[in-house]
Amino acid sequence: MMKAYLSVFRLRINMGLQYRAAALAGIATQFFFGFMFVMIFQAFYAHSVSTPPMTLAAVITYTWLKQAFLAFIMLWFRDNELFGLITSGNIAYEMCRPSDIYGLWYAKLLATRLSSALLRCFPILLITLILPRPYRLELPADLLTFVLFIAVLLVGLLMIVAISMLIYISVFVTMSPSGSIMLFAIFGEFLSGLIIPVPLMPGWMQHIVNALPFHWTADFPFRVFTGDLSKSEALVGLAAQAAWLIGLVALGKILMNKALRRVVVQGG
Amino acid sequence: MITVEGISKTFLVAKREPGLKHAVKSLFHREYTAVEALQDISFLIAPGEIVGYIGPNGAGKSTTIKVMSGILVPDRGSCTIKGFTPWLDRVNYVKHIGVVFGQRSQLWWDVPVIDSFELLRDIYNVPQAEYKKTLTLLVETLDLGSIMNTPVRQLSLGQRMRCEIAASLLHSPSILFLDEPTIGLDAVSKIAVRHFIKEINKEKGVTVILTTHDMNDIEALADRILLIGKGTLLYDGSVSGLRSRFGTRRTITADYHENTKPLEIPGASLLSWTPERAIISVDTEQVMISEAITSLSSQVELLDVTIDTQPIEDIIVQMYKEYEI
Repeated sequence: MMKAYLSVFRLRINMGLQYRAAALAGIATQFFFGFMFVMIFQAFYAHSVSTPPMTLAAVITYTWLKQAFLAFIMLWFRDNELFGLITSGNIAYEMCRPSDIYGLWYAKLLATRLSSALLRCFPILLITLILPRPYRLELPADLLTFVLFIAVLLVGLLMIVAISMLIYISVFVTMSPSGSIMLFAIFGEFLSGLIIPVPLMPGWMQHIVNALPFHWTADFPFRVFTGDLSKSEALVGLAAQAAWLIGLVALGKILMNKALRRVVVQGG
Repeated sequence: MITVEGISKTFLVAKREPGLKHAVKSLFHREYTAVEALQDISFLIAPGEIVGYIGPNGAGKSTTIKVMSGILVPDRGSCTIKGFTPWLDRVNYVKHIGVVFGQRSQLWWDVPVIDSFELLRDIYNVPQAEYKKTLTLLVETLDLGSIMNTPVRQLSLGQRMRCEIAASLLHSPSILFLDEPTIGLDAVSKIAVRHFIKEINKEKGVTVILTTHDMNDIEALADRILLIGKGTLLYDGSVSGLRSRFGTRRTITADYHENTKPLEIPGASLLSWTPERAIISVDTEQVMISEAITSLSSQVELLDVTIDTQPIEDIIVQMYKEYEI
């Protein structure tokens, strides 16, 4: 079973790494938006009356990490092939395979995000590391923090794939990929701290955000990186991420099986 | 080996009148029409058979294939194939079957064919040695050697279909479901595909169930046909049985020395007539061919006579008419 997942994963990575032009365009866009966010935050911080709970340097580093690992954290990241399978009825073939469709799709989505991030993150990270201050991406204080960051970023990636699986499953019902994505992406993006970092949100909103899984995928890893969260907080968070991950995968599998039981293969 | 008993399936189809008013209305209230795709379908298929599953568009052919391959869950009825109920034990069952949906693709669009094949090898967990053997055989018989490293999007339809068929057989299934495998293919590809199906049936004893609209496929391949219309099974028997039941008409084309006197043959009807040639349709249930020719030769001086059986295509049309489907 694992072999099949690995095989899908490998094939998808190979395919994803072919798209160099798209990656270049993506990098340019991500720089553009990165600078825009940075400047907006600069303006906010310059005119702030009270001291914000996060330093400007931390917010800027947060922003660059967000731009570099966009493919790891964005809910709107779509695999049109999977949507096509559902809406056109080609899922018929997937269903004739002796494997769990959830696993195959999970592997495929994970590989898509990984290949996309692999092509994009290094140039962005390298350049932002040598930008003049205050625009620079500041490295974490010590190596352990960095290791923790990598760990929580990867578990966060597994979580985001589990969440996006729910989007794909919802398409079985709505038959409209863009509708499903819109719904998840708009709320999910805000709740992940991708518009503004969670510490900068008003208190009551932070309570809502903390009760939901989204912030574990982006806000949490980035704040581990910037040192906004301590190492012990990072470890506790890692456990919480793992619990969410298990819950999300379990939910996804149950819903997927339900959807497949009543699937109507579209188009004759 | 394949037992289908009393399978029924109803689909709910959302219906909507044209126009903006109804589009808005359907936001709040949807109306559905129940379409009975299958009603009480039963049949038995023995190992090693090639069965042609025919019927007009929308008759329920694909639905039956989907039920038999574990994709759709029927509302009622039971189906046992190799000891499995397809939709209950899907994952274990599908190892034994191969499926080709002529209108869909199972190959990855952007990568070379061989990559898709290797993925399937891993999904079905086929041992490398066995995979190599099967692949060599498939590449040879389906003539895939030159296209294995071509991305699927650059293949012609005929090439792709041959690859699709190969892909469905990599795990050496004992049952093969073919849903319109020759759709859109040219004559050469069609013949290649038919030849191949015949061969794996003979050599490996693969049971084949195929749906098609091309009656030549049926004539070339199937020992037995199942005719379905409006969701019910109408005919189950051999092709020759179908002929003797429906195809009792023969066409006689006669060339003769110029003769201006009109022909008259009892029990037969004249399809066309010129002073040198006549085409006559004879119903062999009413009049024997020999009688018709005797009568013909007594009236004109015959030069040449050809007798054609009714094309199977016409028989099917006649059947569709008779069953009002």
